[in-house]
Amino acid sequence: MSAADVTDRLVGLVAALRAHGVRIGTGESVDAAQAVTELGFTDRELLREGLAATLLHTPDQRRLFDTVFDLYFPHGVGAPGEDPGDRDDLRDRLARALADGDEALVARLAIEAVDGLGGYGSSPGADGWSSYQTLERLRPQTLLARVRDDIRGRGGADGFTDRLLEDEIRRRIEAFRALVATEARRRVAERRGRDEIARRAVAPTADRVDFLYAGKDRLAELRRTVQPLARKLATRMAARRRRAARGTIDLRRTLRGSLSTGGVPMRPVLRRRRPSRPELVLLCDVSGSVSGFSDFTMLLVQALHDQFSKVRVFAFVNRVDEVTGFLRHGVADPAGLGARIQSEARLTAYHGSSDYGVALGEFAERHGAAVGPRTTVFVLGDARTNMSDPNLAAVRRIAEQARHVHWLNPEPRSLWGTGDSAAPEYAELVAMHECRNAHQLGDLVGRLLPV
Amino acid sequence: MFTSVDEVSARLAETGYLASPAVATTVFLADRLGKPLLVEGPAGVGKTELAKAVAHVAGARLVRLQCYEGVDESRALYEWNHAKQLLRISAGRDETWDETRTDIFSEEFLLPRPLLTAIRGDEPTVLLIDETDKADVEVEGLLLEVLSDFQVTVPELGTITATRRPFVVLTSNASRELSEALRRRCLFLHIGFPEEELERRIVRLKVPGIDAALAESVVRVVGALRAMDLRKAPSVAETIDWARTLLALGATTLDESVVRDSLGVILKHQDDVLKAAAKLDLDAV
Repeated sequence: MSAADVTDRLVGLVAALRAHGVRIGTGESVDAAQAVTELGFTDRELLREGLAATLLHTPDQRRLFDTVFDLYFPHGVGAPGEDPGDRDDLRDRLARALADGDEALVARLAIEAVDGLGGYGSSPGADGWSSYQTLERLRPQTLLARVRDDIRGRGGADGFTDRLLEDEIRRRIEAFRALVATEARRRVAERRGRDEIARRAVAPTADRVDFLYAGKDRLAELRRTVQPLARKLATRMAARRRRAARGTIDLRRTLRGSLSTGGVPMRPVLRRRRPSRPELVLLCDVSGSVSGFSDFTMLLVQALHDQFSKVRVFAFVNRVDEVTGFLRHGVADPAGLGARIQSEARLTAYHGSSDYGVALGEFAERHGAAVGPRTTVFVLGDARTNMSDPNLAAVRRIAEQARHVHWLNPEPRSLWGTGDSAAPEYAELVAMHECRNAHQLGDLVGRLLPV
Repeated sequence: MFTSVDEVSARLAETGYLASPAVATTVFLADRLGKPLLVEGPAGVGKTELAKAVAHVAGARLVRLQCYEGVDESRALYEWNHAKQLLRISAGRDETWDETRTDIFSEEFLLPRPLLTAIRGDEPTVLLIDETDKADVEVEGLLLEVLSDFQVTVPELGTITATRRPFVVLTSNASRELSEALRRRCLFLHIGFPEEELERRIVRLKVPGIDAALAESVVRVVGALRAMDLRKAPSVAETIDWARTLLALGATTLDESVVRDSLGVILKHQDDVLKAAAKLDLDAV
């Protein structure tokens, strides 16, 4: 590669990362270029690590980086040299490679598989390559039993660790699927231009995925970030508390003290703060459309529970029920939390769609005592009332009783008020915040939680 | 210090630190680009060990600044030796004030703390700033001058610039988000859990008497535990502890009762122990 070409690629890579929200300055680009000259192009994995070290700042950007890196510094150009075998031949070879745990061979097979099975369209080569089609035709997940028996037949696993075998093979197959996706993306990028593919076909970092569109595995990934995020928020809140505790002068006691120095206030006395830990009430819509958002927020608040004197969590669809207990015991199994709340709490009557008016009214009616002058209330939901009465009076009542009420809405601001959304009406009564992804949620929680 | 990435791995391995390609590459770049190295990762993957190993390889002295909540300028950078200054003032009664004043703010009365020590030395130095995330935000501001220009400004003396740049390693457990300004001055390295092959080598190096087959089983079980979404996933340190325990128990292969009895060595929460036991099909613990 010529020097100009390398620079182009590097700048393209940086631009693509920036487009996905990674903040990279010019200084880092220069460092990256220096790293390239130091490391050279002999080993692609070293180059990958070198660029990651100079360009990235946090570990959660790494997955995004790897995908983009594979597009801008691909392992090769065009189709693989040898003619791809047919499907059964590929499956045989893949099964053998998986049994051996030969990663290099598995990677080569992924390339061949996309070339042989992934092409679609009518032109002589192909119009595009699809990882979905490749995997559908190859069906690597059905190789599990065969690979397992192969390894057992060779006596490769006996005794205690035998029970781990299936999961290990499953992880190897998962790795193969990821390789196929990478390869298909590379082939498509060659045809359509890598800049476009890097912007459109690359998944963003987990904390920037919209709650409303996050798939199952992204939600699982998000759940793993709850504990670290909670720890960060707790330290941030402790710092805010410390800062809030200093500075105000207690005038009466300062003047009283000044009498011993002839009326000159030599030693200012600061006002003592009562260590009051605030109370928190969470009111969550857990109906299908927003449940991913609610689950995540509930887990986050539960992880933060020692920051508050009292945390109570209520869930609703069209009826309200307290779920604080589930949450306390649900920490061991966060993935099953939503299902347990749905099945064990009384949240619906007559029909299964959410009804904000009735639920809020019932909350104000039955659980009004949970909200006092020291309580901060968070309402989580998209404010879509399914065309029924939004019951603004109930919200007004809650807002009068509580110290603060914040409404976190997982929909983008531009959609508020469209269709059956009552967001603008509610927003007039309580502060409503757009909260589309974990990144925004962390920001809001750190800012809005009372200290 | 180094000429190639392979040399870094080889020389670190001589001191007993087996580095992954990512670690070796980043150490090489940190040396070549003359930038500080910010190392993050879960507890017990060898962040601090890395700094020690680099110091050993380079034959450099290791200066360590342990951060904690409330660490400040006088603990990190420098401090004036007030007692000695007072003695000096009372000892020289018949000189003029101007003479005394210029004298008591000289290097003789300066107590260097880790950052200043690392900057002032002539010999090769590795500066380890450990658990940076535990320090307050203000201390980060203090570090910026040291990390970007390798200099320290003492108002009474002027600016002290490093004659020989130290190799700086900062470690963090990410309990607090470090500021963007600090991150931008460093190369970033995330040390995760090692790959199976590397971890096997680590176990066999650190636990010399262990049988190869047992080491492999140990690493595979730990790998399975890490995939389980536990509250605290076992780290390399725990793997080594477990291997040592098994060796002390005289176990030559893993079986159900051995694993059940020693699971407490690798898992630190009762929830995790129960969950792992269920997933590994152990009988009730």
